[in-house]
Amino acid sequence: MKAMFIAFVGIFVIAIVADQVLHRAGFAIDEVTSAPSVRLD
Amino acid sequence: MARISTRFLTLLAAAFIALSSAASAQTVPAEGEPRAETGGAQTLEDILRRQENQKMDDSFRSEAIGNPDAAAPTTGQLGTLGGVSDAEFWRAYRYNELDELGDVSASAKGPSGDTSVTQVVIQDTGMTWLNFRAGPLKNYGGYLLLGTNAILAVFFLFRGRIMIDGEKSGKTITRFKGIERFAHWTLAGSFVLLAITGLVQLFGRFFIIPLIGHEAFAPVAIGGKWIHNNVSWAFMLGLVMVTVMWVKHNIPNKLDLKWFAVGGGLFSKGVHPPAKKFNAGQKIIFWGVIFLGVSISVSGLSLLFPFELSMFAATFAHMNDLGLPQLIGMEALPTDLAPHTEMQLSQTWHAIVGFLFMALIIGHIYIGSIGMEGAFDAMGSGQVDEQWAKEHHGLWYEEVTGKPAYKDAHPAE
Repeated sequence: MKAMFIAFVGIFVIAIVADQVLHRAGFAIDEVTSAPSVRLD
Repeated sequence: MARISTRFLTLLAAAFIALSSAASAQTVPAEGEPRAETGGAQTLEDILRRQENQKMDDSFRSEAIGNPDAAAPTTGQLGTLGGVSDAEFWRAYRYNELDELGDVSASAKGPSGDTSVTQVVIQDTGMTWLNFRAGPLKNYGGYLLLGTNAILAVFFLFRGRIMIDGEKSGKTITRFKGIERFAHWTLAGSFVLLAITGLVQLFGRFFIIPLIGHEAFAPVAIGGKWIHNNVSWAFMLGLVMVTVMWVKHNIPNKLDLKWFAVGGGLFSKGVHPPAKKFNAGQKIIFWGVIFLGVSISVSGLSLLFPFELSMFAATFAHMNDLGLPQLIGMEALPTDLAPHTEMQLSQTWHAIVGFLFMALIIGHIYIGSIGMEGAFDAMGSGQVDEQWAKEHHGLWYEEVTGKPAYKDAHPAE
């Protein structure tokens, strides 16, 4: 069962990392879909 | 005093001119005609019908697109719009009637008169998408999941749990290594999260909001969206790992025909068709996961990065070239799709594949847990009883242990 629990922790870690990487790389929705004339915030 | 009188007279004259021009521009329905009470605009009954999703006669709107032929020349007073007001012009956009406006429509089209440009401005297929999502997709998708569960429940009632027929040996062999189980559970755990959060996004409005209200549902929906977007990467990683590790074991061969011939032994006790590491039923699951997984990943990436991955126009073009739509009596599929249409098709396809995927995996979860004794151990601890291995994967057992699994020398030959 160890492999299963490691995988579940891995899913959580991957999700956090993916969120942070995409956010820092400028893929956040407010950055992608806004411009000086269209603000979402 | 004289100045006030002059201003008053000027205002009076302006009001008279405005009223008279408005009266001449509008065709007000006569008493007794439909919508006479609103001067031709929509009525309360129209609004109510629309809210109840019933058809309404919107010709009062769709046909009110102006009349350039009756317009004053552009050199004349009030002639600069060419007989079409702004509102009429936008209605023509909406109802795809720009051609009716002649030269007035020229600037609204693309360089070659391409009307897909107008679909970018007013994108009517959004309503088709919304209605499909709230109607057939939700209904048939729900029926599919409920039906799958019902079939499995009936099967369980009649067949019961598939037990190990022989006596357990007490000795175990390694069925899956740690890295294989890690890949499986990465794929499985992420899939379950994606399935639940996907269902919440689709069914939340209909089943959860009535229970807990909008305010409580909002964080559930936002959290679910975060999970769905970010857990998808673990799913894709698991999919790649599983594919690389198991594809060579899942190539179809003649043993699969023997497995199918006896229904895999699922419907009768004591029947154990020979199988290697994966039997034909598992191969169906494997290839289903690969094809559905790749398809749902690609459409998911298209939704994760909006307007970056447009694939339906190209796919439709290939299908048209192959004559696939015509084979089933359909017209050629549209290949000139607006960016929003691409996104709507991606979402629709993502959801359809998601439902098929869920139905497949519900069956897999059933047989891997309560449906068969010893099956969960294979992916839980990775160790299975030798008797289980002999009965369900006899040829694999012989390969791994070098010992015979069958009384006959070569049952599969």
